[in-house]
Order: sequence, then structure tokens, then C-alpha cells
Amino acid sequence: MIDLTTPIDVAIIGGGPSGLAAATTLKAAGVARVVVLEREPDAGGIPRHCGHPPFGAREFKRIYTGPAYARKLVQTARAAGVEIHCLTTVVQARPEGELLLAVPEGQQVINARRVIYATGVRETPRSARLLGGMRLQGVVNTGALQSMVFLKHMRPFKRPVIVGTELVAISAVSTCTHAGIRPVAMVEPDPRPTARWPFTLYPRLKGVPLHLNTRPVAIHGEKTVSSLEVEDADGTRRHIDCDGVLLSGMFTPESTLGRMGHLEVDPATGGPVVDQFGRCSDPAYFAAGNLLRPVETAGWCWSEGRRTGARVADDLKGKLLKGTQTVPVSVEGPVLKYVMPQRLNLKVSRGKDVLQLRLNDIAKGQIIATSGGKTVGQWQVNSRKERRILLAISRLDQSAITGPVTLTFTPA
Amino acid sequence: MSTSSSPYDVAIIGAGIVGCAMARRFTLEGARVVLLEKATDILDGASKANSAILHTGFDAPVGSIEVGCVQAGHEEYRQIYRDFGLTLDECGAHVVAWSDEEVAKLEQIQQQAVDNNVMDTRLITGEELRKVEPNLSDRALAAIAVPRESLIDPWSSPYAYLQQSLMNGGEVMLSCEVTGGRFDGNEWKLETTQGLVRAKHVVNCAGLYGDLVNSSVFGQAPFTITPRKGQFVVYDKAASRLAHSVILPVPTARTKGIVLFRTVFGNLAVGPTAEDQQSRTDSSIDTETLQSLMAAGEAIVPALKGMPVTATYAGLRPATEFKDYQISADAANNWITVGGIRSTGLSGALGIAQYTYGLYRNMGADHTALTDPAIPTARVLTDIANRDWKEKDHGEIVCHCELVTRREIEAALSGPLAAKSLAGLKRQTRVTMGRCQGFFCSARLAELTEGQFVIPMAEGVDK
Ligand SMILES: Cc1cc2nc3c(=O)[nH]c(=O)nc-3n(C[C@H](O)[C@H](O)[C@H](O)COP(=O)(O)OP(=O)(O)OC[C@H]3O[C@@H](n4cnc5c(N)ncnc54)[C@H](O)[C@@H]3O)c2cc1C
Ligand SMILES: Cc1cc2nc3c(=O)[nH]c(=O)nc-3n(C[C@H](O)[C@H](O)[C@H](O)COP(=O)(O)OP(=O)(O)OC[C@H]3O[C@@H](n4cnc5c(N)ncnc54)[C@H](O)[C@@H]3O)c2cc1C
Repeated sequence: MIDLTTPIDVAIIGGGPSGLAAATTLKAAGVARVVVLEREPDAGGIPRHCGHPPFGAREFKRIYTGPAYARKLVQTARAAGVEIHCLTTVVQARPEGELLLAVPEGQQVINARRVIYATGVRETPRSARLLGGMRLQGVVNTGALQSMVFLKHMRPFKRPVIVGTELVAISAVSTCTHAGIRPVAMVEPDPRPTARWPFTLYPRLKGVPLHLNTRPVAIHGEKTVSSLEVEDADGTRRHIDCDGVLLSGMFTPESTLGRMGHLEVDPATGGPVVDQFGRCSDPAYFAAGNLLRPVETAGWCWSEGRRTGARVADDLKGKLLKGTQTVPVSVEGPVLKYVMPQRLNLKVSRGKDVLQLRLNDIAKGQIIATSGGKTVGQWQVNSRKERRILLAISRLDQSAITGPVTLTFTPA
Repeated sequence: MSTSSSPYDVAIIGAGIVGCAMARRFTLEGARVVLLEKATDILDGASKANSAILHTGFDAPVGSIEVGCVQAGHEEYRQIYRDFGLTLDECGAHVVAWSDEEVAKLEQIQQQAVDNNVMDTRLITGEELRKVEPNLSDRALAAIAVPRESLIDPWSSPYAYLQQSLMNGGEVMLSCEVTGGRFDGNEWKLETTQGLVRAKHVVNCAGLYGDLVNSSVFGQAPFTITPRKGQFVVYDKAASRLAHSVILPVPTARTKGIVLFRTVFGNLAVGPTAEDQQSRTDSSIDTETLQSLMAAGEAIVPALKGMPVTATYAGLRPATEFKDYQISADAANNWITVGGIRSTGLSGALGIAQYTYGLYRNMGADHTALTDPAIPTARVLTDIANRDWKEKDHGEIVCHCELVTRREIEAALSGPLAAKSLAGLKRQTRVTMGRCQGFFCSARLAELTEGQFVIPMAEGVDK
């Protein structure tokens, strides 16, 4: 149970890198009571089960493995005076900072002046990918594999096929090696791997063949997995024998509380709608970290947490600027996947405030911002698929903005 | 178990929904019952996946055994569910007409309801329909409102039926496949993978294997099972706001068609398909069909577009060459076959059990009914009621999406019906059945279930 005799200034939902960074920053800014609510037995978030380096370069100027980095984040927060409550699940986020919790003693309702929503991302499971075949055990996401291997010293299979080629899929090869698992193949529907060279060399180094232009179709087997059926670019289907399937990536924000509650959710990012301060549709709520959009590194989320923490501290002191007007920002057309923030307070942005975008495809050309039929900003881009693009808000002609801002892409 | 002592009064083959209800009825009537199930967990055949609708029978064939059983079953469920702590979500259904031809058929459907003694249906306009279902596509032209079509928990209810049997002296043998048997004019000696089981009467409730069980004993069966697969897509809980009632199409001769329905667990689902196949085990799903189901769902409720998918699955209906249930008593052999319980078994189970007990009594057998039978307390897995996580000492939340506690998991891993498979544990607790499908809790669950499952979730890394 959380002690309710002293008022809670800020409650933080989720003790990952972003939540812990926000909490630590709030304490440093002199906020009296900062409470982190974490549903796992330990705080630290996803890095708790990333058994590999590199973590911490930006934050601590040192390289840690995930678990060591998670411990360091927790220590730093505790040392700053942050209260961390584990095995504490936020079940409902209600208007004006009221939270319904599940704690080992039962249920509890708490109220906080501000809430920071920082619940991170997860991968897309087999069901939501609409992957066909039998529903068998031994089909897991990387996050589950990592937790089994690094937290429980267990393995769900010995000869899986890995689906996906982003960095997390590459890291899964190393997780497998650690647990004596020998992946039989890595498959990727696209003609190119998602991760950059030289990371893509790693699976080959470990003897895991990479099958590009290969789409997973169905999982076969009677009681356990016996093969993954795949389709090549020309439509030929074949079976890859295996005893499990590791589904990597296709990250999606863990935005259940928003979806089920009152906070507005952006279908494009899958995270809550925020302004450039990270403030949600209910001004008692702010958001930070990978919940905002899929997907950035721990270091990035940590910085985001710090920035949001600072803004919340300002807000509690009544120093967060309101701006002359708030306008929605959105993307249009097939190339731009999303933009975050989705709301802009005009004429209050600081130098570092950015619009964050992601592309559905490889693209070279111009992103143009329009408002009320007028161009209010333009940027050159040259990006690969799934890469982050940052556009400085300071480059927008804010005095020309009269209403909603739309971003479109024009190829070069 | 009873090879040396006296034979059971009744051996029931198959712990599907029907077998569980059967065990309960025969126990309550005073019979000594044993339920024989070949799987490690109950509800592992046709009963593992369905739409979980408690039907009124309004659209069943008039005068069929099916409609009688469904209505008796529905009625008995209403009588017992409160005492058992089970759920009943009386959301009602709408049979929606999307074209003029379908509008023309509504009257006939309403007449059929009247013929089936379902008197409370109402014909309503598209406008009236959208007042109660504002998210429905404006292509809906008219509908029949069927007030008492309801939602129940498809696993906790049969589980509770069996629990009541066990609490009152019934027995169950799991991992016990019936492979043959002999009747000596007085008692049956069933050959099973756990040895001989002696019983005076046998009730075959083997669902998808009903014909094979009869063949293994008599060399023939009164029907042939041709499994009919039904695939489903389950949406995120946020979607459950989009429909209140069960949205039914105007049925065709073959199936009830694609239905949009909520579940008592707070999801919204669309399905099932109707695909005939030979395999009795292949419950595979396929991407194209799932996509077509989603398109069908979006045509009914346009706001479903873009809604995240939580789960995909398929169930197999024990269909036969006949439309009606195939329930028959072979008095010369003290054998009752209860087969072909195709697509309404969840609704009909309690009624089927009453009907079957009637046949049994007609064969000259009878007992003294229990006067004050013990009543089980069903697991509470729906948010309508007070879930375990709200109570103290629940241990910890293990499955975050469905808020399943460690105490609930430990309970499901113990006792005579202890889960021996992940699938069985899911049916008893809902672990990993939410949005993340095990991303967050698989590791903890693998640890908690170590040594419990026939096929473990994971093995220890010994290096
Ligand atoms: C499988 C996987 C592997 C990854 N590997 C790497 C990597 O190698 N390197 C890297 O830099 N990044 C990696 N990432 C990206 C990762 O998201 C970030 O590193 C970082 O963890 C994001 O921090 P966060 O604070 O936003 O969220 P998280 O770290 O996800 O933390 C969110 C926290 O919120 C808690 N929580 C969620 N809901 C609730 C609730 N309702 N109540 C209470 N608590 C709740 C969670 O338990 C969790 O501790 C990976 C991501 C995934 C999914
Ligand atoms: C897609 C779909 C949707 C449905 N929707 C609904 C609905 O909304 N409402 C409704 O009322 N009904 C619905 N149903 C119907 C309902 O699920 C079935 O009627 C019911 O599950 C049939 O149960 P059963 O006990 O007859 O068969 P089963 O569940 O197949 O049970 C038979 C049992 O016998 C065991 N067995 C087999 N052979 C042997 C042997 N030799 N020895 C020992 N044990 C053996 C099997 O392992 C199995 O457990 C639906 C069905 C499907 C597939």
C-alpha cells in the first residue's frame, strides 16, 4: 500500500529508463514527493532483460549491460529521493490524476497533482500479425525470450526461426547464443535488412542464414512447432524446419491505460496525443519514452524522461508556458508514418523542441508543413525506412500558422 | 479405480462442455459417475473455442431436439448461475438485414422465433437499431431484436458443472482414452489407456470423436463427424464500446453466419467462418480468412478499422450429415450416444444432460436424487464481478493484460482438474490471453509452471 498521509506531487506510471529519468529530474528540481509505480518485481524497464551492452553511454558515460544499467538507473533515482513502488500495477488512469492501482494488498486509489505516463513499448505478438497456422507453444516475442533467458535462465526452444531483422532481432541472436539456442534462420519480408550494416553481419558470423524477401505465412506442428511456412518474393512457399518461432520487432506502444481511459490516443503512433512538452489531452498527465511512439533507444528515452520531468517541475511551479494558441499537427500521404507531438502550443517552443517523424519507406525529398493553405515550413530529407527524422520546431514560421498544421512529403 | 470394487452406474466418455454437464446431471440424480477424458485437461476438443453465446433457440429448427435442449439448457443456466457465481450478460441480439432481400426474410425469422416459443422478439427499423447501436454502419436497413440472447464464460461454466459433480461424489479420469469395450449384458468393461473401467451404463459424449468411439465398440456409428472449422478475430478491449448486443446476420441454410459479439471478458470479436474439413485436430488459422473477417467486421462497425487485434483462433464444430443433435439410446446395450452437438452445445449442455437422463431413466435405470447437493464457487474471470486482484493476498499480478494473479494461477495448478497444459491454464485463468499474448508474463509463467505441464513452456538452461 502506498502511504497517503503526505500528498503525492508526481506519480510516474512505469519505472523504465524514461520514468526513472523523469523522477530523478523532478527530485533534483526540488519537487517534494515523487512516486514511481512499477508493476514488475523490479524497476528498470526493458533493459532489465537485455543481457547485452551497450547501455548508458549518454547517461553515465560508461558502457553497461542492460541489467547493470537498469540497476544503476534505480540506484540513481533512489539516491535522489524517489520512492519506487514495485508490484504496483496501474489499472486505470482517471481524470485529474486519479489512479486505480493493484497492489499485493488488493486495490488502492491514489491522487497525484501530475502523472507521467511512461509505460514503454512491446512487440506485436503472433495474433496481431495475423500469422496463420496452428496456435502452439514456442512462439514468442524477443522480450519474452530475453526475460526467460536472463531473468529465469530458461529457454522456450532450441532451433527457432527468427522473424525480423531490426536491431532487436540481431540482439536476439546473441541472447540465443547465451542460452545455447541455435537459430536455424532469420527471415525478412523486405529485400533489405532493417538494421544497418555492420550489425547485419552478426547473424552470419553466428552461422544464422538470412533469408531476405521471405514472408512468414504459417506455423505448423501438432503438439509443438515443427516448421515455419514462408513465401518467397515470387510466391513460392516452402517450410523451414524448426522447434519454435521468435517474432521480433513490430513495436507497439503499451498504451492500454490511454485506450481504455480518457486520454486521447493517436492511431498513427499508437501512443497518447501530446504537445511539445509531452502534455496529454488531460493536462494533469504527461508522457515520455517509447510509449510516445515506436521505437527509440534507452538513452533517447532517458533524455526524453529528463526533459518531461523538467517540464512537469515547471508546470507545478506554474512556470510552464501556455502559448498563444494550440494547433493539431498531423501527417498526410503514404510516405509519412506519424508525427509526434500531435499538438503544438504556438510561440513558446524552446530551441531544442522538435517534431519527430518516421517514414514508411525509403525517401529522398522534401517535407512541407502547411497551415490554412500556406507553407509554414520545409525541410530536406534523405532517409531509410524506419529511421527517425527530427524537424526543429524553431524552423516553423509560427506567426503564419492559423490552424491545423499538415506535413506532407514530396519526392526529389 | 473400480476394477475390483463395484462398477460405476455410468461412465461418461469425453469432458467437453456436454460431458461436464452430463456428469453434473447424473451425479445430482444420484448416480455414481466417472467421466473419462483422453486429454490432460478438460474442454480440449470442440469446447476449447466458441462464440460463448447463450442462445434462446429462436432460430433453431422448429421441433428439433436441439431447440428443446437449448431452451431447457438456457433456462437451467438462468436458475443456477447466481448460486454458482457464474456470469450472465443479457446483452440481447439483433438479426440485422443489410439488403432488401434480407429485409424480406425478417418476418419469416420472427415467425420461426414464435414457432419456437420465443415470443419477445421485435422487428425494428434501421433508425431504431442505430439508436441502441450507434456505431453500426448506416447500411443496416432493419433488424429483429432478440432480447434474451446472452453472453457467458465458455470455460468457467462447464468447469463449474464438473466441479459440482466432483463435489458430490463424481469422479474424473484425465489422460484416459477409451479405446474399446465389451458389454456382458450386465455391465460394460471399457478399455482405456488407464486400464479397464467397469460401468453399468455408458454415455458417449466424445464430441469430435463421437463416431469413432461408437465404432471402436460396435464397429459402426449412426453418423459421421465432419469437423466444421470456425475462425475468429478478437479485437482490443477498447473496441467493446462499439457494440452492445450480439450482431447476427440473416442466416443461410448452412450456418448462422459471421457474428459480431462482445465477450464477458470485455473484448469484441468477429467470426466464425464455417469450413468443412476432414481433420479432427487441425484448428489452424490463415491470414486471408482473418483479413476477410476483419473486413466483414468493419463493414458492420466502421469504427473497427485500425482497432488493434488481440487474438486470433479457430474452433472445430462436431458436425454430422444431419442437422439436428444425434442423441440416441441403445437400450439393449445400456449405451447412449450424444453426438453431433455442432454449434449450440454451450447453450444446450444442461438441457442435453436433462434429456439424456430422461433416456437413461426410460432404459429402466433410476436413482434417488441428491437432496442438498454442494454448490461450487466458480472462478471469477470477468470484470462484471469482483476479480481476485482486488482482494488482499493475491500474491502478485502475473498476467498484466488480463490481471491474473499468482493466487489464481496456483489454484488452477492444483486439485483434481489441475491444468497440465498452457492451453488448460489459459482456459482456467485467462493468462496470456490479452493484448500482449505473453510478451510480459511468459517468463514468470514458465517459472511458476515448471514441472507442471506435459509440454513445458520452457526448460532450464544448464550451462
Ligand atoms: C524486446 C525489446 C528489446 C529492446 N532492446 C533494446 C536495446 O537493446 N537497446 C536499447 O537501447 N533499446 C532497446 N529497446 C527499446 C526500449 O523500449 C528502450 O530501451 C527503453 O526501455 C524504453 O524506456 P521506457 O521507459 O520508455 O519504457 P520501458 O523500459 O518499457 O519501461 C516501461 C515500464 O513501465 C512498466 N509498466 C507498464 N505498464 C504499467 C502499468 N500499467 N503500471 C505500472 N507499471 C507499468 C513496465 O513494467 C516497465 O518497467 C528494446 C525494446 C524491446 C521491446
Ligand atoms: C466456432 C464455434 C462457435 C461456437 N459458438 C457457440 C455459441 O456461441 N454458443 C453455443 O452454445 N455453442 C457454440 N458452439 C458449439 C459448442 O462449442 C459445441 O457444441 C460444444 O463445444 C460441443 O461439445 P462436446 O462436449 O460435444 O464436444 P467436445 O468438446 O469435442 O468434447 C468431447 C471430448 O471427448 C474427448 N474424447 C474424444 N474421444 C475420446 C476417447 N476415445 N476417450 C476419452 N475421451 C475422448 C475429447 O478429448 C473431448 O474433450 C460453437 C462451436 C464452434 C466450433
